[in-house]
Amino acid sequence: MFHTSRTLRAASAFLMTFCLAFVFACSGERGTGPGGGPSGGAVNLRGAGASFPNPLYQKWLSEYGKAHPDIRIDYQSIGSGGGIKQIKEQTIDFGASDSPMKDEDLKSAPAEILHVPTVLGAVVLTYNLQGVAQPLRFSPDVVADIFLGKVKSWDDARIKADNPGVTLPAANITPVYRSDGSGTSAVFTDYLSKVSAEWKERVGAGTSPKWPTGLGAKGNEGVTGQVKNTPNTVGYVELAYAVQNKLPVALIRNASGNFVEPSLDAVTAAAAESLPTTPDDLRVSLTNAGGATAYPISSYTYVLAYKDQKDAAKGKALVDFLWWSIHDGEGFARDMQYAPLPADIVKRAEAKINSITSGGKALRQ
Amino acid sequence: MPNPAPTSPSPATEYGARFRAWDWRRALSPTGNVGDAVFRGALFCCALLLVVIVVLMFVEIGSNARLSLAEFGFSFLTGRNWDPVQGKFGALPFVYGTVVSALLALLLAVPISLGIAVFLVEQAPRTLARPLAFLVELLAAIPSVVYGLWGIFVLAPFLREHVEPPLQKWLGWLPFFQGTVTGIGLFTGGVILAIMVTPIITAVVRDVLAAVPVSQREAALALGATKWETTRVVLANGAPGIAGAIILGLGRAVGETMAVTMVIGNRAVISASVFEPSYTIASVIANEFTEATGDLYLSALVELGLVLFLVTFVVNGAARLLVWSVTRGTSGVARA
Repeated sequence: MFHTSRTLRAASAFLMTFCLAFVFACSGERGTGPGGGPSGGAVNLRGAGASFPNPLYQKWLSEYGKAHPDIRIDYQSIGSGGGIKQIKEQTIDFGASDSPMKDEDLKSAPAEILHVPTVLGAVVLTYNLQGVAQPLRFSPDVVADIFLGKVKSWDDARIKADNPGVTLPAANITPVYRSDGSGTSAVFTDYLSKVSAEWKERVGAGTSPKWPTGLGAKGNEGVTGQVKNTPNTVGYVELAYAVQNKLPVALIRNASGNFVEPSLDAVTAAAAESLPTTPDDLRVSLTNAGGATAYPISSYTYVLAYKDQKDAAKGKALVDFLWWSIHDGEGFARDMQYAPLPADIVKRAEAKINSITSGGKALRQ
Repeated sequence: MPNPAPTSPSPATEYGARFRAWDWRRALSPTGNVGDAVFRGALFCCALLLVVIVVLMFVEIGSNARLSLAEFGFSFLTGRNWDPVQGKFGALPFVYGTVVSALLALLLAVPISLGIAVFLVEQAPRTLARPLAFLVELLAAIPSVVYGLWGIFVLAPFLREHVEPPLQKWLGWLPFFQGTVTGIGLFTGGVILAIMVTPIITAVVRDVLAAVPVSQREAALALGATKWETTRVVLANGAPGIAGAIILGLGRAVGETMAVTMVIGNRAVISASVFEPSYTIASVIANEFTEATGDLYLSALVELGLVLFLVTFVVNGAARLLVWSVTRGTSGVARA
């Protein structure tokens, strides 16, 4: 009897402790440091951020992991905003973002953060228009006015002017946008802000701007689904997504006045043409780039890393991986519909990687 | 048919009376049996945990929403402008979308659910009731993202082609059915929610009706009541339980995220027409949280969570008040 009650008392004490522990765990500090560190020679790196390059990064990690079994890197596709937040809070070893960090974000970070571009992406216009076989052509101001709700009908004179010989229906245009916060929206609205003063003033650029008209759909797949299923719609998706799903895509008139079909070469060309205006920290918007063959709605995607790495072993693993990415890794990009970096940008990214140090010592020799 | 007053106390009311008389001080005081005390203590801890979780959630959300609370104050609730680029945040369109889509869902789902439940309990032969009940429970187990994809690819085009045009043709003079028909909007959101809450309401109502004593039915039939009149007796007896089932369905409709966001159009506007796009609180949080940069933006999204909390409280409270005022005169037998 005595024995039983003791067991029960112990059990109840345990239960109480559990409850209390739960309460404290709830109210306690969040965000512990990244796990791993050198244990038995193996190095664990954790990265998180942009979802756009995620398929390519996963491919890289698996290929790199085969060649370097002692280095384990994992990447969480949580979105660019999350990547920037977590690298600032130092809960990950490297972040990733589709748009460069803002000045105030860089200022409020605990130390200097470097931007290393990895590949390029583009945003394309896709549409659902029955009876139109050849790809449509759009001028930048027309794209902006469609999404502003000012060009309302497919047979608008300005659309007709860009598409001679195409019979356009007298139907209302329904624009479809990304309802989830997304780097794709940021690139697209950045472009619209550059080509339309009214867009810049009324809407502006951002991951979730306030769209003046249209329907919101979640993710590339949501926009695609909505456009495919609803006649007379026009939406925007990532180039890779459009190519893989064989969507009809529009030609956009670039800053040089040419209608350019979105393609990997046209995107790489946009980066190459923007080289003279690319600043030293490589934070640059590629939208509305000059050059005859440049596709105007293109952007870099970046890996974010601290210039001074706290842990030398981890820092060394990171710079080696980044170096491999912008050289061997670029070879995988094209097959997965990402545009590789132009050669001159690879040179400048190399310099960035070489400048990463740990305790004042360069990590890459 | 007058409302029948149950005469003999059923086990349910006896249990209820005992429950109300439960005194925690006496329950926790030593009774001489250590095992019982430990058992009671453990159960009390479990119950306490629930309260602690709710309070902590409230505190945590409140403290994370501090920035937005201080910046916008009460105008957060009345503001119609949600513009992350300009840093302006107002929640009214989301509150409107959440409440209206949920009410629309109940409007469609409650009569159908009651019909199914009454059929299963009162009319269907056993060989049919069993598989039908199983199907209902199966529907309740389908993940919401599946409903959402089905909504985009099947339901929205179907409503656009076959339901919305006739509605607009016949009822287009009402402000609720004007505007461009796209198959995406508040109406489709309400329909998909109705499909999702129907199995929940049906399952609970079925249990409630099954708990109504057979003697009630026999009494009604013995008095010469028809099947329809007997069913009304049974429904009146189960009223509080049915109300509970509807509140449960409402809870799911208010908090549903994925399926709604795929078909509701996701635009923060308030328009009378149910064909226009709308937006719900849960959807905007799910959509924008991952890419929200900037402390004020994040804080505003967290405050939206707080608003959802409040909306749920208010809607639930109002529903309970309604049930209470309706059933005050009668003493319900079956409770959910």
